[in-house]
Amino acid sequence: MSAPAAPALERLYEQAAALGLTHAELDRIRVLLERDPNELELAVFSLLWSEHCAYKHSKKLLRKLPTGGPRVLMGPGENAGAIDAGDGLAVVFKVESHNHPSAVEPFQGAATGVGGILRDIFALGARPVAVLDSLRFGDPQTARTRYLLDRAVAGIASYGNSVGVATVGGEVYFEPPYEQNCLVNAMCVGIAPADRLLSSAAHGTGNVLVLLGARTGRDGIGGASVLASAELDEADESKRPSVQIGDPLEESKLIECCMELVDADLLVALQDLGAAGLSSSTSEMASKGEVGLDIDVSRVPLREADMEPFEIMISESQERMLCVVEPGRVEDVLAVCERWETNSTPIGEVTDTQRLRVFDGEELVGDMPVTALVDECPLYDLEPAEPEDRMAVYAAQRRELEPSSDPADTLRALLSSPNIASRRWVFEQYDHLVGSRTTRRPEQADAAVLRLMYAGEDTGKAIAVSIDGNGRRVACDPYIGAAEAVCECAANLACVGAEPLGLTNCLNFGNPEKPHVAWQLTCAVEGLAAACSVMDIPVVGGNVSLYNEGPGGPIYPTPVVGMVGELPGPEVACPSGFRSPTGEPDVVALIGPFTPSLLGSETRRMQGEVAGELPPFDLAAVTEALGAVREAVRAGVLHSAHDVSDGGLAACIAEAAILGGTGAQVDLDPLMRRADVDAETALFGEGPGGILVSGPREELLALSRRISRHGFLALGQVGGDAVRIGAGIGRIDLSVEEATALHQGFLEELFSSPITDRVS
Amino acid sequence: MARVGVVVFPGSCDEADALGAANRTPGLSAEYLWHGDAGLNGVEAVVIPGGFSYGDYLRPGAIARFSPVMDAVAAFAREGGPVLGICNGFQVLCEAGLLPGALLPNAGLRFVCRQVPLTVERSDTQWTAACEPGEKLSIPVKHSVGRYFAPPQMLDELEAQGQVVLRYGAGGNPNGSLRDIAGVVNEQGNVLGLMPHPEHAVDPLEGSEDGAKLFASVARHLEAVPA
Repeated sequence: MSAPAAPALERLYEQAAALGLTHAELDRIRVLLERDPNELELAVFSLLWSEHCAYKHSKKLLRKLPTGGPRVLMGPGENAGAIDAGDGLAVVFKVESHNHPSAVEPFQGAATGVGGILRDIFALGARPVAVLDSLRFGDPQTARTRYLLDRAVAGIASYGNSVGVATVGGEVYFEPPYEQNCLVNAMCVGIAPADRLLSSAAHGTGNVLVLLGARTGRDGIGGASVLASAELDEADESKRPSVQIGDPLEESKLIECCMELVDADLLVALQDLGAAGLSSSTSEMASKGEVGLDIDVSRVPLREADMEPFEIMISESQERMLCVVEPGRVEDVLAVCERWETNSTPIGEVTDTQRLRVFDGEELVGDMPVTALVDECPLYDLEPAEPEDRMAVYAAQRRELEPSSDPADTLRALLSSPNIASRRWVFEQYDHLVGSRTTRRPEQADAAVLRLMYAGEDTGKAIAVSIDGNGRRVACDPYIGAAEAVCECAANLACVGAEPLGLTNCLNFGNPEKPHVAWQLTCAVEGLAAACSVMDIPVVGGNVSLYNEGPGGPIYPTPVVGMVGELPGPEVACPSGFRSPTGEPDVVALIGPFTPSLLGSETRRMQGEVAGELPPFDLAAVTEALGAVREAVRAGVLHSAHDVSDGGLAACIAEAAILGGTGAQVDLDPLMRRADVDAETALFGEGPGGILVSGPREELLALSRRISRHGFLALGQVGGDAVRIGAGIGRIDLSVEEATALHQGFLEELFSSPITDRVS
Repeated sequence: MARVGVVVFPGSCDEADALGAANRTPGLSAEYLWHGDAGLNGVEAVVIPGGFSYGDYLRPGAIARFSPVMDAVAAFAREGGPVLGICNGFQVLCEAGLLPGALLPNAGLRFVCRQVPLTVERSDTQWTAACEPGEKLSIPVKHSVGRYFAPPQMLDELEAQGQVVLRYGAGGNPNGSLRDIAGVVNEQGNVLGLMPHPEHAVDPLEGSEDGAKLFASVARHLEAVPA
């Protein structure tokens, strides 16, 4: 190998480099193939060995996450995770990113992000029932952010609403590091009979490979390597042709068609076509089944007649699925597809060669060992190094609030902060009702609550779902911040009386080859692992999105956590807002070991003072307190439950008042004494393990005796038309009317007029 | 039991919800009708559900109206059979010429999903007989093309003939519909189209059960339950 490279070989290295493969990686491919790859093979390897498909910088790290549990039916490695939900049903879920496509073309990027995660769910034979979204954008006042948010939300709405899957929850944050590189993560939840989950493993030599759904075009060629595995730069307009275009009608038909095929037990295996298209779907199906596949690209229905075989193999055209069918059942499969007006074409067969062989008619145009494609990609060790200043790479936050402000003014500023203000403007664009499962809509409770039902049969039970993450806090301390994201999700579930069943995560980070980012990623995964271990929540799947950097630097490290829980029935779920249904004023109390701190808080962000640290906390104590809240909710003792999050206890109390349409009188002195903090910290400090509850006096008194060891502080009572909070000498007196106007108005005002200019 | 047929087009979304709402109504039993079939299988009432038939491509309802099943629905409607078009179903019925007027993109140009107040203007139609005149209902809307439009003269005629059956309550018009019109009936009074989704308001846990009254009305009309 030491002889000078021949001109042809030099060109090969150049081609490989252009496709994102290193010199050493091409050498390894040449050894594995025992010859030089041809153009098609090089294209296929470059995609399957991309960060997006091979997880080559994160795979070793992800092994730290706990993935097992008695109720786990399918864990990481399948298209989505599946958990036994009882009553013969499985709940199937996963979160995935579509960040770079959305930064380049937000409408289609976000729309196809939804389409892609839906296919991951019904690939298991599960009916998709709910979508949640986690979004991050830059400064909400810039034209670029407004354009990105407006179009991304429209894209999610257009796709999700049209396919008839309810969008039941989500979150959105605005921080400067996401200005160029926005985040669009979509999570989908599905339900299937537990004994009928479908794997993607191809098996049975001679079985037929049938391609379902849309025709294959040139859209999305190289998406996985071009968009998903490199940093964004100024010239990204030119990458627009790499963004896929969605067709929700095609997806809607494909869902119904696949549901009918699964119901009729006509399929051996089912797999979606996502990143890297046919290349990755065929390789993964063959790898999982330890078989080979022969595929004839000349049989693939095309949108454009003159496509090259390599283009057909790597196209990321949307709304396509690949299934394995016994030869005797192919006619039945084609008949079902015809009824749903969905294309279905036999394009290959299962072999015992353990090779992926690509034919163009009679001609063999590619021949690769399946293990080389899927298992032999080199894995890289990260080289983490903690920076001296954790926040140095991020532009300073703009000061929007004077540190000396009156507490009432601070609360006013918080309620209309883009990170806290009502998300009504966003969620009203999503159909959150279709399917008749949604019993707690957005802003009614801390988590969305859905009836657990399948094919019209209601079990009487319910599931709760939430998605959370706070990149700023993870930037301050990746370990603690990531653990807090798990706590936040679990707290949302506890507020509706749900016990966590499982977790999915999307790790959105910058370039892992940079020591600072590698350190963030390592610590964050360790934080997630620690929280999941203590809380006994299995991680059943997820996605890693690296290289989220723009010309201005990396994004905040943003692990997004999606969690699904179970509850005995939808009626037990507590609302977030105060109410006094008995006529007697309810008592307001704080449950949990919550110790407020202003470090990394929304208040400090608005004051332009984000320092690189967070206080540690006791995971076990938080876990136990959430369990106590869950039991109290289930016992019907509480009238409301809302977890303390962005903006601290003052914002939490104000939100409960706004959502319930009634005031409250609250005194935080007990918290100041217990936590030994000043008034500002008690009012606006943040941290895990705090749930604000309300309920009848006698019931709460009895509860306080039962759960005193988990932290219980009576703070005041519900009533009146104002939020009145005392903390030491600090006093807040804000009418519910004004608080509501501040909270509900911000996004509405910002976006009330449609954007017509296309500014970037 | 009176049999209700729920039409399924490619891209329909709320057919299972409509089926469920009809099935929980005393006296009604619901089944699906396939868009490609030319008959109605002998059902006594038809619901055209919400969704995005044929992806709303060209214009909502513009393609679905040419489905074979729609010829049968039109014949059934002419004979006085009860037909309910919900959201996309309303759009399909307008496109098919079975209801007057048209539905335009929302004034806000965005999809809107929220609970809205409605006023029942007429309680003597096949689909509103179980309501009181002037009764207030709370039912959700979810659409991006729901702004009811007709020329002023036609609107005057519709009002004069009592064809406006449902209006959005004060301040609750979500889409800029002219004269706050949320639902209209044909001259015979048997075909009702509305943008709000009564099938999503049949259980207090989902926010309201006011929508159940529309299904109860048709059960009463079909004499499936005692009046």
